[in-house]
Parts: sequence; C-alpha cells; structure tokens
Amino acid sequence: MRYLPLTSDDRAAMLAAVGASSIDDLFVDVPAEARLDGPISGLPNHASELAVERHMAALARKNVAAGDGPFFLGAGAYRHHVPSSVDHLIQRGEFLTAYTPYQPEIAQGTLQMLFEFQSQVARLLGTDVANASMYDGSTACWEAVVMARRVTRRNKALLSNGLHPHYRSVARTMAKYTGDVLVEGDPTLEAGTDWAALASAIDKETSCVVVQYPDILGRIDDMSALVSACQASGALLIAVVTEPVALGLIKSPGEMGADIVVGEGQSLGVGLQFGGPYVGLFACKAKYVRQMPGRLCGETVDANGKRGFVLTLSTREQHIRREKATSNICTNSGLCALAFSIHMTLLGEAGLRRLAAINHDRARSAAAELAKVPGVSVLNNNYFNEFTLLLPTAARPVVHQLAEKGVLGGVSLGRLFPENGGLANGLVVAVTETVTEEDIAAFAAALKEVLA
Amino acid sequence: MTALNRAGWRPEMNAGGADDNVTYTGNRALMLEEPLIFEIGSTETTGVDFDEVAPAVDLGGLARSAPIGLPGLSESETVRHYTRLSRQNYAIDLGLFPLGSCTMKHNPRLNEKVARMPGFADVHPLQPQETVQGAYAVIHELAEWLIKLTGMYGVAMSPKAGAHGELCGILCIKAALEARGEDRRVLLVPESAHGTNPATAAFAGFTVEDIPATAEGRVDLAALKARLGPDVAGVMITNPNTCGLFERDMKAISDAVHAAGGYVYCDGANFNAIVGRVRPGDLGVDAMHINLHKTFSTPHGGGGPGSGPVVLSEALAPYGPLPFVARYADGSFKLIEEESAGDEHPETFGRMTAFHGQMGMFTRALTYILSHGADGLKQVAEDAVLNANYILRNLDDVLDAPFGASGPCMHEALFSDKGLAEGFSTLDVAKGLIDEGYHPMTVYFPLVVHGAMLVEPTETESKAVLDQFIGALRSIALRAKNGDPALKTAPHFAPRARLDETLAARKPVLAWSEPEVAPGAPSLSEIGGS
Ligand SMILES: Cc1ncc(COP(=O)(O)O)c(C=O)c1O
Repeated sequence: MRYLPLTSDDRAAMLAAVGASSIDDLFVDVPAEARLDGPISGLPNHASELAVERHMAALARKNVAAGDGPFFLGAGAYRHHVPSSVDHLIQRGEFLTAYTPYQPEIAQGTLQMLFEFQSQVARLLGTDVANASMYDGSTACWEAVVMARRVTRRNKALLSNGLHPHYRSVARTMAKYTGDVLVEGDPTLEAGTDWAALASAIDKETSCVVVQYPDILGRIDDMSALVSACQASGALLIAVVTEPVALGLIKSPGEMGADIVVGEGQSLGVGLQFGGPYVGLFACKAKYVRQMPGRLCGETVDANGKRGFVLTLSTREQHIRREKATSNICTNSGLCALAFSIHMTLLGEAGLRRLAAINHDRARSAAAELAKVPGVSVLNNNYFNEFTLLLPTAARPVVHQLAEKGVLGGVSLGRLFPENGGLANGLVVAVTETVTEEDIAAFAAALKEVLA
Repeated sequence: MTALNRAGWRPEMNAGGADDNVTYTGNRALMLEEPLIFEIGSTETTGVDFDEVAPAVDLGGLARSAPIGLPGLSESETVRHYTRLSRQNYAIDLGLFPLGSCTMKHNPRLNEKVARMPGFADVHPLQPQETVQGAYAVIHELAEWLIKLTGMYGVAMSPKAGAHGELCGILCIKAALEARGEDRRVLLVPESAHGTNPATAAFAGFTVEDIPATAEGRVDLAALKARLGPDVAGVMITNPNTCGLFERDMKAISDAVHAAGGYVYCDGANFNAIVGRVRPGDLGVDAMHINLHKTFSTPHGGGGPGSGPVVLSEALAPYGPLPFVARYADGSFKLIEEESAGDEHPETFGRMTAFHGQMGMFTRALTYILSHGADGLKQVAEDAVLNANYILRNLDDVLDAPFGASGPCMHEALFSDKGLAEGFSTLDVAKGLIDEGYHPMTVYFPLVVHGAMLVEPTETESKAVLDQFIGALRSIALRAKNGDPALKTAPHFAPRARLDETLAARKPVLAWSEPEVAPGAPSLSEIGGS
C-alpha cells in the first residue's frame, strides 16, 4: 500500500504508546453491531499503479475526445487551446496541495494569485470587485439572484429566456424551496433577445433581471436600456457570461451598467473536463460588496510594514456568521481560478483581444459555410463565437448522425429543451480558435450528407 | 525602480525593525519577493502567439473599444511569476499539514495523470451519449464504490463540494417532507457543527436550533429526544464529530429522529476515520455527503475545487437530484436528465448544477479508491485513527485535551488553550508552529472548545514525522505556558510576519488599481459599511 508509510513495527510501537492492545481498542466507541471486522466484501483489494492506470485508460478510450475530430460544441462549455505552461504551473505542489489560505504568512502565493484573479475578473467583466470564485456559472447565477434579494428586499426575479436552461433549472430548483418567485420561459427562434419585453415587465416587486450575454442561442445585445429600466424600478441587473473570451471583443456587462456580473470561467485555462470542475465568476459594484457570497482576498500589510494579502470581510461567511451567512459556500474553485488567471496573464489584453477576434472570425466563416448547406440558415444577426443554425429537420438525430461520421457538430436545442417541440430544429454551434478551415469544411460536408 | 520590489523592502523604507540584514531587492536568497502582474506586465505584452490575425469587425455598436487593463507577460516571465508565488505557500508536498476537519493527506500523482487523459479531460459534457460511455462508466463505478463503502441505497454525484452536498441532502429532506404533505421548519444542528451546516439549512429556508452536547463532547441524546416533535424536519450531525469523537449513540439518535418523523443528515467530512470500518448506512443515516477532496485524496488546490457526492437512504433516494447515470442490462449507460425524469425519477427535487458534477474529481477519486481497494481503505482509517491517538497521548500532558478522558479519539486530536500563560493564545501556538516548518492545525474550531486546536495528521504521515511534530508542538506549548515573548511575534521566518487583518477589513482593497488614481474615480477604500 504505497500511500501508507507506517510499518507494522511502527503500528505496534504506537499502539503500545497510546495504551491500546490492538487497533480495535481505538474503535471502542463504535457500537459492535456497526463495526466491520474484515474488508467490505464484494470489493476488490488494493492494486498497483500499473493495473489502475490500465483500468482507467481503458475507460478513457471509450470516450470520443474533442480533439479526435471536428468539434463544435459550446452551450456553456467551450474548447479553447490552453497554453502548456498553465497546466505545468497549476501542478506545482505548492499550489496543488495547499489548503484554503487560512494562515496567510505561509499562503501568500495563493493569496496574491487570488488578488490578481479578482482584479483580472473585475476588469474583464467591467465591475469594481470580484470574489475568489464560486463552484461554476450555474451556482454563481443562483447566488446572484439571492444576493439581489438581500440588496433589494424583494423576491421576484425575471429570467431572460436566453439564459442557459441548466442555469434556469438550478434557479427553479432553489426557488421552489426558498419562496423566490421566478418569471421564466423558453427562448423562441428569433434573431433578437427578449430584453425589451423584460424591461417592460419590471415592477415594484422585481428584485432582479437576469440576462445571459452572449445568450444560449449565441445572441448579443446592448443591455443599457435594460439597465435604465432596472434602475428606474430599483431592481438589479444581473448579467451572466458563459463565454468570457467574448469580452475581449464585445463590451463588458459592467461597462453597460450591470450591477452583478457572474459567469463561467472554464474557457480560460480550465478545459472541458466533461463538465467540471469549472470556475464560477462573481463580480459586482463596490457598493454591494458586503452582500457578496464567497471568499474575498484583500490587500494589507504585515507587522513589518510589507505588503501582503489575507482573506477578508469574512463576517459575511459561514464559518463566522453560520445561519446568517450570505452563502453556505466554503470550498470554491481555487485551482481553476489559478488556471484562469495564468491563462489570462499569458494572453494579456493584447492576446485576449486577438484570441477573441480569431474566434469571431472563425465563427463567421463557419456560419457562412454552413448556411450554404441546402435548407440551413443562421438565426442570429449578431454573435460572438456561437450561433444557432436552423435545420430543415429536428437537430437532435442529426447530431447523432454527424457523430457517426466523426463530427461533433454542436448542441441541439432538442437536447437543451426536450419538451419544446418548437425549438427542435435548432442547432447551437460554437466555433473557437481550435477549429480549422478543414474542420468547417468537414462539418459542412457531413451536414449536407445527413440532410440529403 | 520601485516597481520591482514594491512588495518588499525598498530603498526609501527605513531599514531595521525586526530585521537588520536588509537587501537591496527585498529578497533573502531563496525567499523571493514577487510584484503583482499589474506591476510587471503590460497590456501590449503577450505570452501566446497566434498563427493568424483576424480582421477588425463591427459588432453593431457592441465592439469593446475602451481599454480593459489586463496586463500580459511573456511565457518566460509567466512561468517565473507563478513559480515564485508558489514558493510562498506551504503545502502537503512540503510537510505535515494537520488541519483538523480538512484531511490533508498525500495527493497521489497517478490521480493527476489519469484525470488528464484526453478521454476524460477533453470531453464536452453535452456530447452525444454514445460518445461518452467511458465517462458515464467512471461516474457509475465510483457511485457503486461509494454506495458499498457507506452501506447506503443510492448516491447523488453532482454536488460540487461538501457544502453543496449538504444542500443536496437537505433538499432531499425538504422534498420528502413535501411529498408527505408536512411543513416541518426546524433543523437541529449542534453548536460544534461546521459553519456550512447551519448556513446550508438557512440557504434552504430552514430554521436552525442547537442540539446540546454532553460534558464528554457528544450529542446529548436525552435533550435531543426532548426537542423532537412535529415541527422538526431532522438533524444534521457530524460523525465522527468535530471534537474528534465517534457519536456512540448514533443509531439511537437515528431511531429517535425517525420515530418522530424526521430525517438524519450526517456531515461526512470526517469519513476518513471510518472508511472501510463502519458503514453509515448501518447507523440509520438518511443522507451524508462525502468530500472527495478529503477522504478520497483529490487535491485541495489552495481552496478548491472539491466534490461532494451524497449517499442517500431508500427513504430519500427518490428525491435525489438530476442528472444521474443509469446502467442498463446490456452494459450501456444513460444520463437521466429532465427529459426522462418523468419516467425514471419522477420525484426528483431537480437540478442543482449545470452538467454532471466534478468529473475531474471523480476520475481522481476512483483512481485512488482502486489503488487502495477495500483492504487498503480499511487500513487508511486505522492508520488515520492511530496517528491521531498517538498525537493526543503524546501531548495531553502539556496541552489541555478537553475530551481526553472521553476515550480514544478518532482521526483528529482536540486541544484547548487552557493553561497557556496570561496573554498567550491558540493563535500564538499556531504561529509558532509555522516557524518550526509546519502548517498549523485548525484553530478556533469547533466553537464549543475555548481556543480550540484540532490536529488531524492523516494516515499518510510516518511515525518519524509525527515524532518530530510532537516534539515541536511540545516545545511551543511549553513556551506558551512560560510566556515566551518571542512567540507573540511569530512567525519570524515566514515570507510574511503577522498580517493586519483588521486593516484589510476596515479599508478593503479587493482589486488592484493604478497607484495614481484619477481625480473623481471611485476608490475601493471608500466602501462604506452598507
Ligand atoms: C465538518 C465539515 N463539514 C463541512 C465542510 C464543508 O465542505 P466543503 O468545504 O467541501 O464545502 C467541511 C470542510 O470544509 C467540514 O470540515
């Protein structure tokens, strides 16, 4: 058992030192009927590194990896190229195997990184402050709704129909039990957003309006008018960004006046990982900072006057405030935040803008090619790196047929909104810098064959 | 030239203080000061080359034109920046990290290798199901292990961390009560519980009431029974508890709660003490989260990510969240989502996160579990408990062990600040340990013990390491009892001396801003107490 350093002699000596005649003496408080004597039956015993690696590799091989062929999936998780140094650096043991920085004198590495992460996120999203991360975009989104309830002391949230259906679903689950009122619905296959309708639906009970940007169909829109409508009624505007790379090209929600901006940071540094772990971004205007959930890192000085960083404003948090805390979150996504931050540092503003421009350019070229397939059209007027195709038939079976041809060709609206037949012909296609012109041609050719 | 050592000593600063050997750079040989990326980077610099240049575009007025202010570094500078930062961290890879309740055990590198196999790392959560059968197989295989190790009926895999798992279990209880048409509002939670327990209960809309403890540090069964009634939805009990003791009466507690119509939530953060030796399912538990980032060795990464699967009893399993992986007779796997829930899982409380949970943690945890196997995991619990008792009994003559007389401890040893010299506290002991080259234990938790010091060595420490730690802690305890003033200013040898947390909270600086703030720009230091 390669992870256990105690020898049998050690064990015997230690048992003697604590006055126990056998290990069972240390488990005396476990009632006899609940104590297991031997290893649990029906489970295998320990295995060598080679054997375990073989077993896991066999399972890994049963999956088609995104890099195996043309790949166009998005809908809340995006495949970007992550520079090699990111994964190398996050595997440094001092980052990988550290705990939450509760002892700041020996955790300045993590703390300074968090301060830099918070600063990068705030700038990217266009807000004053950002926290040290949440689990993912979907949970950050619900936490934002809860925060808006605390700030406004109202409990009706209007969710745009362009919000990711999983994010909506999470909010629906929670609202069922918290008494929050949600106004929500499925998107319709239109080029424009529902934001104007949302603006007119705001009333005196509305705590917040939640919009996604770019939205689940890839649409982008100006939120300034919605911000004004919110402000006029004392509601908060929450913007959700599931593709942060977009903000290298299009205005940030904060710039347009959003009060709280949350997001999924997976695009930078983290990778697809079949859905997790990801990194929730949470940012807002400075005046709401004491209502924020999650950890915050702040600058201070040490006893010798040197600059240093600590976790701060923790009177918001569960370990101090218990049932009065702003959230129950404890463990967050520290290492993914580090990956995000390193990737962002490597890019810098110039690199991020270039990356975003390439994504958009590549998406436009894909949209143009795919729209040439007979019967296929593009729904969006505006988009970043993701758009919705309208097929002449239900998209869901098409996705499976494309997969048989080795093309992972997007996410069907049938998968995302299975109960809504009106959306069945929609296919959400994401095109990042990882997609080549050959991939686009292969996708278009396969789609043409499948639809023929 | 100030930009390069803003963080440390700079020429215009007064030399001296505690430190006479001042250097020009502020560095001290291998202890290197590192500025912020905002001080060394520039918005023009990038460490990523692109093969192409995309044309400028017009995005209908939405193009981002104003500067963003994101500094970039070349790759060489980036590697150096983060490597330097990393060296200011303590970590398990460097030595004993005995944070009680956190289970800082060795993180095997095979786990990291497996998680990075392209078949796991480069797979999209919404790929067609036939292209991700291996991923579903991992989730299912891990789920089976967790069910068998806990003796429970089912498991919800999607919760993202321990606290999210608590929420999952509590929502199951809510849904079960609702199905029975009962509106029970109260959850009983002992004062010794982790802060996430009451916070979770409140997040889900419950009222929290305390469960009294006995003098020996366990749940007071009689008092608990007296409080049960038609308004009580259930209890949240940590077992082994945060005082490091096994709740001997767990089965009786469960029986009483069930008899009164409530449910038993068990905080399983301390499962490492009993894995392979005790199955919570045999103790009447209805729901328990398992921190894969504790018991099952996935790395903490400086604060996360974690993963918090929740094992469920037959009574609560029908209400568990979506999605989950089902296995069919032909060996194929299917993801049960909103779409098929009506047929396959009609009473679910719904979805609690996008996608399927922490896949990257599942591959690591399964790798670890297969490495240890059933026999190895049992040995894990035994060694973890033996190591903690060894610490307890080698220190209880110099440090007060409030429950030392309650019998053996489980996987963590609890001490209090009783007997330290006037003006000396648990914090001083912790900071003294830093100078000795250790990460301190958990301090001031659980709240039921004054100046608590909770030491969890874990099973991956050798006897030699424990002996040295015991020697170091004995020496510090004696210094604290004798009132050694040098301890009040510890740590002396860390990258930073004690940090001013009051200042940080009073004048929050939460994001970097250029030193010369333009007139009229809002300053974070002006955030009021809103
Ligand atoms: C006893 C106990 N319960 C719950 C938690 C919460 O777990 P997590 O941090 O994974 O959310 C922790 C750990 O931090 C804990 O020690």
